[in-house]
Amino acid sequence: MNKYVKLVTTPVFRKNPIGYHILGICSALAVTSKLETSIVMSLAVIFVLSLSNFSVSLIRKSIPGSIRIIVEMTIIASLVIIADQIIKAFAYDISKQLSVYVGLIITNCIIMGRAEAFALHNPPGDSFLDGIGNGLGYTFILLVVGTIRELFGSGSILGHTVLKPVSDGGWYYPNGLLLLPASAFFLLGIIIWIMRTINPEDADAHSS
Amino acid sequence: MLEHYLSLFIKSIFIENMALSFFLGMCTFIAVSKRVDSAIGLGIAVVVVQSVTMPLNNLIYRNLLAPGALKWAGMENLDISFLGLIIYIGVIAATVQILEMVLDKFFPILYNALGIFLPLITVNCAILGGSLFMVERNYNFAESAVFGVGSGAGFALAIVALAGIREKLKYSNVPEGLKGLGITFISVGLMAMAFMLFSGIQL
Repeated sequence: MNKYVKLVTTPVFRKNPIGYHILGICSALAVTSKLETSIVMSLAVIFVLSLSNFSVSLIRKSIPGSIRIIVEMTIIASLVIIADQIIKAFAYDISKQLSVYVGLIITNCIIMGRAEAFALHNPPGDSFLDGIGNGLGYTFILLVVGTIRELFGSGSILGHTVLKPVSDGGWYYPNGLLLLPASAFFLLGIIIWIMRTINPEDADAHSS
Repeated sequence: MLEHYLSLFIKSIFIENMALSFFLGMCTFIAVSKRVDSAIGLGIAVVVVQSVTMPLNNLIYRNLLAPGALKWAGMENLDISFLGLIIYIGVIAATVQILEMVLDKFFPILYNALGIFLPLITVNCAILGGSLFMVERNYNFAESAVFGVGSGAGFALAIVALAGIREKLKYSNVPEGLKGLGITFISVGLMAMAFMLFSGIQL
């Protein structure tokens, strides 16, 4: 039992896919100017990641090594199409805001990375949990960045005003910088700094 | 007419830079920008692949996938644009594979320089993202070719610039914990802010 809990929780904080492995950053930065889009994007990634890990693991013994990338790509692309169609059907406005980034889950390195590093060598159940864990780790970073950017950039959370901006007769001067692309880089840099200060042994063992 | 294409070209390099304003291809952007010469290699590979796949995907979208595109086959109401994702990624993977073989056979020097970067490009979001933007913005064939070259060049420019900054960063005194990736992100952020200066340009 303990092992399964560990499979899910380790990637959330200790070995976070974004903060530790630096995977899947493209979408993490682009969709986080609002919390709502961050949440939808995270759900889509958890869905694709857990199911792709599961399916790759199911057929791991019958994929020839030389064409495994193409096979994994096809599985991932089909799952992303399903996720994309579901979002279009039930949350059309959000799918417009996410624009191409749902489709880009295909090339999100987290998914390919986990399929290669974990699902190819482990049974389906474990791979599924590993997918959920890494998806949650991704979600965690997206939620932190999304909350900071929406709260201080436009003074609201999920569209509800929390800090009343000056333009509506309130007192809060929104920090426009946080709505710009550049701020996401600063926030992510600071998050990585904090994570590496808490877990110094992780620092750049393999990535510098 | 020419102005329109020139404007699109400049826009795709500077104003809508793939890496710095859409965050596309970040994984490779961060991973391969440690040294200037490897950054140049990757940059050239991205330009080449982007300029080949974008017009190709445009042709496929217009003639096979778009709503009503299969009129010539007698299926007017068919809309299979949802299959786009899987087809674009297939085209990109195939192009990269073919390019690799052609280079290996006819330009071995170029192959040795670019070879290791080509497989990486299949999973570079800038390439797939370019094709998706092309569909979303409804570019025609000529526009997609210009956009392909321009956005590839923009990515190459950004990654070479970042590699230059990172080579200099080695000599600076960065706080523990921020070393390596942390400071890289913050420098990319500053670069993105600098690139925003271009956003007022209108041709």
